[in-house]
Amino acid sequence: MGIDFAKLPVFFSVLIYVFFLLYYISRARKGEKLFLRKIPGIEAVDEAIGRATEMGRPILYVPGLSTIDDVATIASLNILSRVSKKSGEYETDIIVPNRNPVVYTVAKEVVKQAYASIGRPDLFKEDSIFYITDSQFGYAAAVCGLMVREKTSTNFFMGMFWAESLLLAETGASTGAIQIAGTDAITQLPFFVTACDYTLIGEEFYAASAYLSGEPILVSTIRSQDAMKFLIGFLILIGGFLSFIGRENLLEFLFPK
Amino acid sequence: MKKEIPIFIVFFIGTIGFLQYFIVGPLSKSVYTLLLEWFQGVQGMAIIMAVISLTRRHFHNLKRGKNVFYSFVTLVSLYGMIILGVFFGIGKGSTFDKIYEYVMVPLNATTFSLLAFYMASASYRAFRARNLESTLLLLSAFILMIGFTSFGDIISDKLPSLAQWILDVPNLAAQRGITLGIALGILATSLKIMLGIERSWLE
Amino acid sequence: MSLIDRLLNIPRFVIFILIGLAVFIPLLFKFLLPLKVLKPVKDVYDFIESLPEGTPVILSFDYSPDVLPECYPMSLVLAKHLARKKLRIYIMTLYPAGAGFALDVYNKILKEFNLVERKDIVFVGYFPSIAATILGIGEDIKNVFKSDYFGVPFDEIEAFKGVKNYEDIKLIITISGAAIPESWMVYANGRYNANVAAGVTAVMAAQLYPYYRSRQFIGLIGGMRGAAEYEKLLAAHNLATKGMNSISLANFVMVLLVILGNISYFLKRRRRK
Repeated sequence: MGIDFAKLPVFFSVLIYVFFLLYYISRARKGEKLFLRKIPGIEAVDEAIGRATEMGRPILYVPGLSTIDDVATIASLNILSRVSKKSGEYETDIIVPNRNPVVYTVAKEVVKQAYASIGRPDLFKEDSIFYITDSQFGYAAAVCGLMVREKTSTNFFMGMFWAESLLLAETGASTGAIQIAGTDAITQLPFFVTACDYTLIGEEFYAASAYLSGEPILVSTIRSQDAMKFLIGFLILIGGFLSFIGRENLLEFLFPK
Repeated sequence: MKKEIPIFIVFFIGTIGFLQYFIVGPLSKSVYTLLLEWFQGVQGMAIIMAVISLTRRHFHNLKRGKNVFYSFVTLVSLYGMIILGVFFGIGKGSTFDKIYEYVMVPLNATTFSLLAFYMASASYRAFRARNLESTLLLLSAFILMIGFTSFGDIISDKLPSLAQWILDVPNLAAQRGITLGIALGILATSLKIMLGIERSWLE
Repeated sequence: MSLIDRLLNIPRFVIFILIGLAVFIPLLFKFLLPLKVLKPVKDVYDFIESLPEGTPVILSFDYSPDVLPECYPMSLVLAKHLARKKLRIYIMTLYPAGAGFALDVYNKILKEFNLVERKDIVFVGYFPSIAATILGIGEDIKNVFKSDYFGVPFDEIEAFKGVKNYEDIKLIITISGAAIPESWMVYANGRYNANVAAGVTAVMAAQLYPYYRSRQFIGLIGGMRGAAEYEKLLAAHNLATKGMNSISLANFVMVLLVILGNISYFLKRRRRK
C-alpha cells in the first residue's frame, strides 16, 4: 500500500478549497452579508411555480437520467427539495418521473421530507414520484407523453442529460410550458439554451440549491468557489506566461539549475 | 439523531472514498470493490421498489380510468417480458431476445432519430439575429452546419477547416471555462454534503 | 396572416416533412459528394498505418442500439482497416447491448478477410465493470480475458500469446455514444499511457475535442461525417458515405429554414419601425 504521488496536486487543491470553504463560512457565521449576482434562471423559479398554481396545472421535475453516484443527480435532488417546498406552499402538484431505481427512492423521500418540513405532509402523493424505465429513450418518450397528456405548465430539467435533452425540451416548448433547465452536461447545454426559457449553466446549476435556500452559510460556499476560481485563473495566467516565454515548468523557472 | 446518523454515514463513507483515490495497493482496491458491491446490492433492492411503484401507478390509472390504454400497454409489456424471460429464457433466438431485437432496438432508434426533426424546429425558432450575441451564435451555427457537411466542401475547401477551428479554439476555450466551474461545483457540492453543510436532502 | 408572419411561424409538421424528405431522398440515389478529411480522423488512420503487422489492438464496441446508425458504420470501417493491416484484433464490449453488434462485425470481418479465428481476431465478449476491466487489462490481460466469447480458454487462444498488458497492446479504439471513451482515457491513457482513439456520435465529439487537443486521444472520429471521412481514406464507400449525403441535405434544409426565418424577422422589424 502506498500513496499515488501523481495525485498529490489534487489532494492539496482539495485542502486549499476546504480552507476557502471554512474561511467564508466563518465570515458568514459572523453575520457578514456576501453579495451574489442575480441568476435569472434561479430568480425565475418562484415565478414558474406561481404560474403553474395560477393555471391549476402540475409541475414536472426531471432529476436527470444519471445514477445517484453522479454529483449532478445529488445537486438536482437538493434543488428538488427546495422546489417541492415552494410547490407545497403554493399547493401545486409536482410530478417526478425517474429513470434510476435508487434515484427514485431518494427523490420520493426528498419530496416527502420537503412537504413535512413545511407542515403539509398531507400534500404528498406517492403516485406522483415514480419510476419509469432504465431505457434512455424509453424514458424520454414517456416523459414527453406526460408533458402532453398532463399539460404541465412548468418543467424543470435538472441534472445529467444526454441525447434526450432536446427531445424533452422541445416537446415542453411545443406544449407552451415555462421551462428551466440546469445541467453540467456541456454537450447538452446548447439544446437547453435553444429550447428552454432559462438555463443554469454548469456551476450555476450547482449553486442553485444554496441560492434558493437563501441561507447565509450555504451562500458563503459559493464565494469559496469563486475564490478558488480566482486562484486557478491566476495559476493559468502564470502557466500561460511561462509557456509564452518558453519555460513550461514553474519549478525550473523559479530555481534554474 | 435522525439527522446526525445519516450525516455521519455520508462523512465516513465519503472520507473513505476520498482517501482511497489517493492510495494505491490491494487494500485500496478491495475497499473500492466492496463499496461498488454494496452499491450494487442497494441498486438491486431499489429495482424491486421501482417495479412496485411502476405497477401501482399504472394499476391506479386503470382503476381510475385515466390513460387506460397507455397503462395497459405498460403493464402487459412489463410483466409479459418478465414471464418470457423467467420461463422461456433470454438466450439468443428466444422470444425475449427477438422482442428485444425487433421491437426495443427499432423503438429506441426511432426515438433517437426524432432528434433530427426536433433539432430543425428548435434551430428555426431560436436562431434569430436579435442582438450581437445571437448573431454570433447564428453565424457560428451556420459555419458548423454547412462546414461539416459535403456542401461545405463544395462551397470552399476552407470551410470545413474553419468549422474545425471554431470547435478547436472558441468552443474549446468556453468549454474549458465551463468545465472548470463544473469541477469546482462538484467539489463544493460533495464537500457541503460530506460536512453536513447542505442538508436539504434531510429536511 | 401576412406572408411574413407565415414565414416567421412555419408549423412544426411542415419542418418535419421537409427534414424527412431531405433525409430520405438521398438514400434512394447513389452519388458521391466531396468530403475533406480532417485531422482528427486522419490521425487515427495514420496511427493504424504506422503499426507493424501482427500488433495487438483492442476494438471496443461501447454503444447501445439507439446510436447504432452513427456508431455501426465507423465500427465496420475501422475493423476493416485493422484487418487490412493484418493487426491482431481483440474485439470486446463494455456495454451489455454491444455484444450483438460486436459479433456481427466480427463475423463480417472474419469472412471478408479470411481471418483465422483466435489467431488474427478474437472476440472476448462483454465485461460489466468498466473501470475494473480497463485497469485489469493494464495489469495482465490473463486476469480479464479468461476465455473468449465462445468459451475457449485463454491459454488456447493464439492471439494472446506474448501479450501481457497495454505495453503490448499498441492501440485501443473505443466506439461509443456515452461517456465510456472518457473512462478509457482516464484509466488506460492516464494510468498506463496507452494509446486511445475514440469513435463517437457527433454530439459527443464536441465534448471530447479538449482531450484530443491535449493528446489524451490520439485521434477522434466524430459522427457520420467522421465515419464517412474514414471510408474515403480507405476508399471503401459504404454506409457512412450514404448517410452523410442525407445529413448534408438535411443540414442544408435546416440552414435554408433559418435564413428564411431571419429574413422574415428583419422584414417584420423594419415594417414595425
